[in-house]
Order: sequence, then C-alpha cells, then structure tokens
Amino acid sequence: MSAVLNSETKKVLTTPLVNDNPITLQVLGICSALAVTSKMSTSLIMALALTLVTAFSSAAISSIRNHIPGSIRIIVQMTIIASLVIVVDQILKAFAYEVSKQLSVFVGLIITNCIVMGRAEGYAMKNPPIESFMDGIGNGLGYSLILIIVAFFRETLGSGKLLGVEVFKLAKDGGWYDPNGLMLLPPSAFFIIGMIIWAVRQWKPEQVEKVDFKIMAIAHGEGGLH
Amino acid sequence: MLNKDKLWEHYEKFKIYRDKILALGNDSLEKTIAIALSLCFICAILVSFSAVALKPLQVYNKDLDMKKNILEVAGLLEEGKDIDKAFEEKIVAKIINLETGDYVEDISPAEYDQRKAAKDPAQSVPIPKDKDIAHIRVKAKLAKVFLVKEGDAIKSIILPVSGYGLWSTLYGFLALDADGQTVQSINFYDQAETPGLGGEVVNPNWRALWKGKKVYAETDQPYLEKGAIDDAGSGEPALSVVKGTVEPGKPGSQYQVDGLAGATLTSRGVTNLIRYWMGKEGFARYLGKVRTTKEG
Repeated sequence: MSAVLNSETKKVLTTPLVNDNPITLQVLGICSALAVTSKMSTSLIMALALTLVTAFSSAAISSIRNHIPGSIRIIVQMTIIASLVIVVDQILKAFAYEVSKQLSVFVGLIITNCIVMGRAEGYAMKNPPIESFMDGIGNGLGYSLILIIVAFFRETLGSGKLLGVEVFKLAKDGGWYDPNGLMLLPPSAFFIIGMIIWAVRQWKPEQVEKVDFKIMAIAHGEGGLH
Repeated sequence: MLNKDKLWEHYEKFKIYRDKILALGNDSLEKTIAIALSLCFICAILVSFSAVALKPLQVYNKDLDMKKNILEVAGLLEEGKDIDKAFEEKIVAKIINLETGDYVEDISPAEYDQRKAAKDPAQSVPIPKDKDIAHIRVKAKLAKVFLVKEGDAIKSIILPVSGYGLWSTLYGFLALDADGQTVQSINFYDQAETPGLGGEVVNPNWRALWKGKKVYAETDQPYLEKGAIDDAGSGEPALSVVKGTVEPGKPGSQYQVDGLAGATLTSRGVTNLIRYWMGKEGFARYLGKVRTTKEG
C-alpha cells in the first residue's frame, strides 16, 4: 500500500479538488455540469459514473501508453473510453434501472466529456497506471465537488427540495417559498459555476490567468489595417 | 481437437509475434494496424460480453418497471408486495384492434410490445397530418390495454397513451372506470420534460387532480347510449389541461385539469395526447364497445 502514501499519488488526488479543479480551473466538462445538476440525485450518480470512467480509462490508457502509435492516439483513447462508458451504462441499466432512466442520455455523453479525454491526453499518456488511476479519481472528485455544489443550489432554490425531500415548503402547497424557475433550466448552472470560479479566484488569486495579449491603445475603428 | 501441447505451441508462436510487433517502432504502419485491430478486438469483446450478460436483467427491470406503473395507475401498488405476483393476480392484458375496437385473441398479450410495433412498418399505420394532434406520426395497429376485473365486472380500464410535449414524447397510462368516461388516474412512465416544470407531470399532487374528471362531453343524450362510436360528431373527448387553476363547481370543470405552472407546452402536449387517444383515432371505438357490452 506504499503507493497510497506516495507523494505523487497524494498530489494527483488532492490538487484537482481546488487548486487544479477540472471545472473551475481547467474549465472542462461544463456541458454535463449544466445538464445533470437540476437534481442532486442525478448529479451524484453522474459524478460517480464519471469518476469511475475517468479512473479506469486513464489506467487502461496509461498501461499501454508506450505502445500507442502517435497517429491514432486520440482514436485509441476514444475507443477505450467509449467501451468503458457503454459498460457503465449497461451496468446501470441492469442494477440501477430507476437511476439509468433519469440519467438517460447523459451516461452515454460521458464519452464526450472533456475531462475524461483531457486527463487521458494530459496525464495518462505520460504517467504510470497507478498514478493515472489516482489522477482519474482525483479529477473525478474535483468534478463531483462542483457538481454537488451546483446541484445543491439548483435543487433547493429551483424546487425547494434536496434529494427529493422537501426543505422549503412551496407556495403552491401552502408554504412560503416561491421557487425560482430559472434554477431548473441549464443556464442557471452557468451563473452558479461562474460565481464559484470567481469565489475560488478571489480566494486563490494565483489561479487568475495571465493576460494572453494586451489590446493596444489604437482601438478598432481608428482605421488601422484595411 | 487441439491438444494441450499443440495449444502451447500456438501460444508460444503468438508470444513471438507479439514481441516482434511490440518491438516495432510506434509509428510504423504495421504496429499502427496491429494495435488498432487488437484494441478493437478487446473492446468489442468487453462491450458485447457486458451487453449480452446483462441483457436478461435489463429486460426483467424494464418489464418490472412497466408492471409497477400499471399497478400504480390502477391504484393497486402496495409497498413491499411482490410486483410480479400482484400483477399476475389482478391485471388482465388484452390486445385490441384500434380501428374496430374489438379484442384480438390470436396474439398473446405477453409477447406484444406496442411501442416496438409502432416502429415496425408492417404493424403500424402512419397518422394523417391533420389528425396527428399528439404529434406521434405513427401508431401501432394493435394496442395493448389492461383491465382490472372483479369477478366478471371490469373495475378499471388502463389505456396506453403517448404524445409529444416540449422536449420529449411522453408515454403513460390512463386508467378509466368501467363507464369509459370517468378518470381514475394517470401516470407517465417515460418522459424527458424540464425537471421541476414540465417534469412535474409525474408529481403525485398534480396527478391526483385527475381523479373523477370526465373524458367525454355529456350531451343531452346520455353518452352511454350515444357512445363514442357515434359518427355524428358527439363523443369527442372534452378533457383538457387548462392554464391556471380550475374553479371547482363551475360548469365544465369536470373536463378540466389545472395546468402545470411554467409548463404551457407540456400541458398542451398532455391535452393533445388525451384528445388523440380518447378520440376516434384512438380508443373511442373500443370504449364504446366496452360500454355497450356492459350495458347489454
């Protein structure tokens, strides 16, 4: 079990939580973060499925990394990821039918989730399998963390419930809370994620990207290049 | 048959080839092809194995889910009771011909899947555009309905309905009393409307509003005699989901259900699917026959 205590392992497990979070810093996997976060239960399952897929695909890709021809490397990664996603989907349909009904197409869409590809290309291609596996788990957890925060706000504010249990009594049932319909629609996740990114960067200013280029004082409209 | 030594020999040969290929430069054509082929082979085995091995469980789950929904809409679902057994005991499945409204006896209900049949050109009919108010384009010629019987008398008639909402086709069941007129319950087992807005079609509080509503307009002549098979224009379904809240006691309120807040298009979709499936294109003829056989 020395691998667990390994400092590299520890690093890849913990840095994606805040310091190198796949959503807030790498800005990957936004698409599914918008789609599944209107309810906490679907978010949790999605987070679990994505964590497992990222971990196992990273480990698989890493174990054959020295033999992957550069010209077909992306398609090799895709094939491995897609196979794993199909297996996860099949398992969910067999053992968690209710959940798979709720997630419907989103499980299949893990294939196109940028985090999985991003970690395969960015980490697993250069590192040994165990570290890659841990890196997958770490990034999956970082993704899960944001998903849970977003789902928490969207479900409580949007439908007055949390995990399907009523927390605010709704006005239409004689309570006081008038739910915010916007929270149930995907764009609300954009606002919440945006606010999380802002909050994290206030807390850790080193995450703010350097400006790539400065717009020169001679602005457009001054008749420069024609 | 291969004996053990022969197999071993093959394995040794395989190892030599494998090592040769692995030793090739990663970007050589041979290795690229070899890696691509073997990867596809392994992944194909993995995927097909999981699909085939888990298929029986998945089919069972789907079946069980359907039975659960049927029991639920009939008000017979009891917590902790075996669903298979309860279904067997209480529900009778029947196949009907939508055009004539008669029972079809030579097809086993257990083997007939209406949703699958709707996709099969041989078993379905396209719906003319002007009649396709539920926006489903095709329907199966035969429909599978479920009856709850008490002795010989029908207690409830459970009809499959489907129609397009805002994002998705809603599939559900409508349970009616034996008069083919009074709603007992409705539920949707497959839909992908906006959670919290249109997705509230599954909310028990909203679904409870349907109980006791009437499907067909009651004219001067009692609907029982006039019947839904009348071609003179009566017997059209009147039930609809309205915008806002229905005032109880107001004339016509027995044909109206509160709309879903913030989900105008889903509510309209539900109205459309009720109008379609309860109309002559749907179950009107069948319901007419159920009434007359019961009466006569």
